[in-house]
Parts: sequence; structure tokens; C-alpha cells
Amino acid sequence: MIARLHIHRYGTTREELAAVAVKNHQNGCNNPISQYQMEITIDDVLRSPLVADPLRVLDCSPITDGAAAVVLAPTEVARKYSDGPIRILAAAQASDTLALHDRRDITTLDATVSASRKAFDMSGIEVKDVDLAEVHDAFTIGEIVAIEDLGFVEKGEGGRAVIEGVTAIDGDIPVNTSGGLKACGHPVGATGIKQAYEIVLQLRGEAGKRQVEGAEVGLTHNVGGCGGTAIVHVMSR
Amino acid sequence: MPQRYNLVGTHCKNCNEYYFPPRTICPTCRREARMEDHKFGGEGKVVTYTTIYNATDDFKRQTPYNLAIIELAEGPRLTGQVICSPSEIEIGMRVKPVFRILGRDGDRGIIYYGTKFVPA
Ligand SMILES: [Zn+2]
Repeated sequence: MIARLHIHRYGTTREELAAVAVKNHQNGCNNPISQYQMEITIDDVLRSPLVADPLRVLDCSPITDGAAAVVLAPTEVARKYSDGPIRILAAAQASDTLALHDRRDITTLDATVSASRKAFDMSGIEVKDVDLAEVHDAFTIGEIVAIEDLGFVEKGEGGRAVIEGVTAIDGDIPVNTSGGLKACGHPVGATGIKQAYEIVLQLRGEAGKRQVEGAEVGLTHNVGGCGGTAIVHVMSR
Repeated sequence: MPQRYNLVGTHCKNCNEYYFPPRTICPTCRREARMEDHKFGGEGKVVTYTTIYNATDDFKRQTPYNLAIIELAEGPRLTGQVICSPSEIEIGMRVKPVFRILGRDGDRGIIYYGTKFVPA
């Protein structure tokens, strides 16, 4: 229902939605631990069976088994345990009504807007200083709305940004370099930590073929209850 | 279930706001709230919608079906099914309520009823 209204209001196209899945599958191919190691085309997405119109099977993240872990330590002692510790500059959470119909705006996740503003305040980082982000693309429309609500692009411009490559590995703001929930997988309880793992690899310069050159600041964005809760972390080298 | 059968919500006489589902207190007026029951006429319009092709077991036999966010004439929004062809539903379409079977508990369980919508 978010996708339908986004298409109606902002002229977002079916191809732009599909471009999110295409990009994330490409990234997934360069991630040895991702669930899907196959490229897909916009046509593949448009020909996949309808689930909840306009979303099709290839707009949806899969069911995934998986586990992820991080080791946390106070900044002062982190070097005792790791040669390349990554700093958590901010962790912020915000909530909204669970029912989509009670939200201020159906095409915005206010929880994402609020959590990211708090995270930027807390970290002293500005949105333009973020080098890459892992966002909650449980459905393709989720990534489009996320990059708008996090402030990477203007509201309504998310679809265009994706299809023009702004969020590709070599774009202005690479998004879901791991393959995201769509291709790397969505092992629900492990998804947030999996996002942190990708940012840590990238900030350490250990992301191999999908490495974002010179990445210094990364962001993770995770969502529960279709936007009832959103959590944003900002990390740096 | 007056709210499910007859779209009964509440109205605050102090600020003239309508609530569905019913609230016992008005979050705007709090102590000054003067609440009364209100039966919504049910006329509304489609704010956005989807057509479900792949449903959970409980709703499988109804697929494909339209699910919409409907804004009632008095203001509140709710989510409900709109009975019409998937090619007929559109954003802004006027709808009115009808009393229908919503589902049943398993194969032999109780049938429960409530409100769906049709094009007005
Ligand atoms: Zn009131």
C-alpha cells in the first residue's frame, strides 16, 4: 500500500522498484556469504508472480536461516582486542503507530526520520558525510522510502536515484553493498547484526570486490513492524 | 462487537474529533473530553490499496482480494477489504460499507462477520 501511494504521488515506476532488487542481487554476487549468488534483470522482477500488487516475488526478501555476531568493547580498551576497532558514534531508536492507516504520512516512515535525526545529532555526523549504508529492504519499496527518510535523497526521488545508480557501489551513496535483506538474506533476528558486520568490513577495507573506496563513515538502518520501530546506528573507523 | 459489525466509534463533543476504533478518552482534550458513541455512515474513499495474490492460510480462498486504507467521511482511517475487480479499484475511489463474512476459525470453527466495502 506504501508502494501504490508512492507510485501515485511521486510517479515512481515499476522499473525503479525492480532496480532495487537488481542492484542488491549484483552486490550479493560479490558477497561470498550472501544467500543468492545470481544476477537478475528488471524483466525477471516484472515477470515474477504477484504477491501484493504492485509487489512481486522478486520485490520481497527471502526466508533465511542465518546468524551474526559482533564483539563490543569500551572504546578505551578496544585496541586490546582488535587492530581495527570500529567506533559506534550513535545508536538511536524511534517508534510510530503499528497501523499503517494511523500514520501521519503513509509514504514516510516517521520512525526512520526521527531515529536518523537523533543519530546524526548524537554522532555529529551530517548525512552528506555518510559513505555507505545498509538499510531495511525487506521489500524493494522499503529501500526507496528508507533512502528518502534517512535524508540521502529528497522525498519522492528515491526510485529515480536507484535507477540512475546513485546507490550503486560506485555511486554517491552506496546502499546495501552486502546485497541487503533482498540478496544477502533476511534471517530476521540476525539481520541487524549482519548489517553491522557489513559496515565493519567496509570501514576496515576488507569487503573485497564490493569494497567502497575510502569508506570512513557507515550507517545501518533496521525496521520492525513495517515502520512501527526503526533503529539507526552510525559507525566510523 | 459493535465496532466490527456496525462501524461504531466515538466522537469528542469538546473538540469535534471522531475516533475509530472507539476511544474512551480524547487524547487531545483529556480531562475536558466529552465522549459519545458514534455510528459511522461508512462512506469513505480509498487512500491507497493493494491486491493480495499470495495470502496466509486463513485468507487463501479469498485471493485475489483488494485491501485498502479507507478514509471515512468523518475523518478516521481504517484498513479493510474492497469487494470489486482488481482492475476497478483506484486511489480516490468512493466506497460504502457492507456486512460480510470476514473469515472462520479453521474448517469447522465459528464464522465471524464484519464490515467490508464496495464501490459507492
Ligand atoms: Zn477532544
